[in-house]
Amino acid sequence: MKHLLSIDDLGVDDIHTIFETAAEMHDVQHRSVKKLPALRGRTVINMFFEDSTRTRSSFEIAGKWLSADVINISGKGSSASKGESLRDTVLTVCAMGVDGLVIRHPASGAARQVSEWVDAVVVNAGDGMHEHPTQALLDAYTLQRRLGSLEGRHVAIVGDLTHSRVFRSNVKCLAKLGAEVTVVAPPTLMPAGVEAWSSAAGFATSYDVDEVLPKADAVMMLRVQRERMSGGYFPSPREYTVGYGLTRERLAMLQPEAPICHPGPMNRGLEIAPEAADAAASVVLDQVSAGVAVRMSVLYHLLAGEESA
Amino acid sequence: MPAAQADPAHPDPGPDEGRTVLDARDVSRALTRISHEILERNRGPEGLLLLGIHTRGVPLAKRIAEKIAAVEGTPVGVGALDVTMYRDDLRSHPTRGPQRTEVPATGVDGTVIVLVDDVLFSGRTIRAALDAVSDLGRPAAVRLAVLVDRGHRELPIRADHVGKNLPSARTERVGVRLAEIDGYDEVRISTMEESA
Repeated sequence: MKHLLSIDDLGVDDIHTIFETAAEMHDVQHRSVKKLPALRGRTVINMFFEDSTRTRSSFEIAGKWLSADVINISGKGSSASKGESLRDTVLTVCAMGVDGLVIRHPASGAARQVSEWVDAVVVNAGDGMHEHPTQALLDAYTLQRRLGSLEGRHVAIVGDLTHSRVFRSNVKCLAKLGAEVTVVAPPTLMPAGVEAWSSAAGFATSYDVDEVLPKADAVMMLRVQRERMSGGYFPSPREYTVGYGLTRERLAMLQPEAPICHPGPMNRGLEIAPEAADAAASVVLDQVSAGVAVRMSVLYHLLAGEESA
Repeated sequence: MPAAQADPAHPDPGPDEGRTVLDARDVSRALTRISHEILERNRGPEGLLLLGIHTRGVPLAKRIAEKIAAVEGTPVGVGALDVTMYRDDLRSHPTRGPQRTEVPATGVDGTVIVLVDDVLFSGRTIRAALDAVSDLGRPAAVRLAVLVDRGHRELPIRADHVGKNLPSARTERVGVRLAEIDGYDEVRISTMEESA
C-alpha cells in the first residue's frame, strides 16, 4: 500500500500491524527523549485547507518525533487564497522535494485526486464528507485498549451522520475489526441509503438513542457540524440535545464501564453534556494521545521502508 | 505495507544444512562462562542491567540474568531493546513493526548496561542499539555480550564477552536456534546456496 486514502485501503492484518506499532510509539510519548530516527531526512508537508487543531498538530508531532522535517501549509495564508488551484499548489510543493503529503480538504475525494498527481505518499486527513481514516484508526485503537478485542462488541455511533467523515471511516474500520455497530441520528441527519453501507453482520440503524445506549459496550458521540449545515436539519439546538444529546440522564443509562468517545472539538451542552465529557468513562483525551501514536505508526509504515524510496 | 518478519541481518541456514557449531550443552556452558565474566568484570551484580536485543538476544539476556541470580542470590535487572527504528538499512527493506522495548521502571541512568545479542557480524545492529540506549538515558557504562562472534566488522565495535569466536566466510550463514523461540538450542553454520 502506498497511500492511506480510505479505510478500504487496509486489510485486517494491516490494521493490527498499525495498532501494534502504535502501542510501541505510545511508550515513546512517556520517555524524556521523545524522538526516533526512523524518518530522518524525510520531509512531510501538512496541507490543511480546513481548520483543525488536533489532527494537524498531532500529525506534526508524529512527524517530528519520527525525526521527519514537517512543514505546515494552511489554506488561509497560502497562495490558495490568491486563487491558485489545488493541483498547482500541490505540484508546487512537491517540486520542492517532498516525501509525504498529509492533506485535509473540504472536497470529498480530494486526497485521492492529489494522489494521482504526485509521487509523494499521500495521507488523507479528512476529505469533505467522505473519510478520515486516521481518526477511525485512533478511535478503534483507543477502544481496543479499553475493551480488549472489538470482536462482537457493540458500538453505538450517535449524531450528525450525514456530514460526518469520521462516522464513514469508523463504520468501515469497526466492521473490519468485528464490532457490531449501531448508528443513531435524527431522520434529517441519517444519510440516504445508509443501510447498504456496511455488509457486516450486526450493522443497524436507529432513530431512538434511549433504546440503543443501554446495550452499547462503547458510545461514540459525533459533533454537530454547524459549518456544514445551512439550517433546517433540526428545529433548535435545544431540541437536538433533548432528542440525541448525551445528557446527564442518558449518561446514567450507559453501562458504567462503557467508554465514551468524541472525535472533538466538542460542543459541550449540545451533543455532549459536560458531565459526560468529563466522566471517568470518557476517553476523549486518550483519543488525542492515541492520535499521535497511531499517526506515528501510519507515517512510519508508509514512509520508512523501501516502497516509498 | 507490513512485511515479512525474516531478519535481513541474519539469513538463517535451514535445519538440515551445514554443520552444528554449538549444541545445547555448548550453548549452556558458553552462557555460564559469560555470566561469570560479566560478574567478574563488574565486581558483583550491583547496577547491572542486561538488555537483550530483539529477537534472540532477549531470551539470552534472561538466561544470563537467571545464571547470575543463581550464583549471587540476588536478582539483576533485565530488559529488552528494539533497534528497528535506529537501523541504517530501514530504507532498503519493507518496513517492519518495532517490537517492545522494556526497561525497569527505574530507568537506565547510572546502570551498567550489558547488551546481549546472538550473533555479532557487521556491528551495525550494535551501533543502532547504542543510539537506542542513548535515547533511553545515560548509563554509567555499556558493554556487549554475544553468543557468537563471526567477524567481518564494518564498524569499530567489539564485544566484551564472547561465547564462541567463529571465523567464517562472508558467504557463510550462521543460524542460532534457541529453545524459547525455536524449540531447541543450536548454533549452525552453512555455506549460502547459489539461490541467494
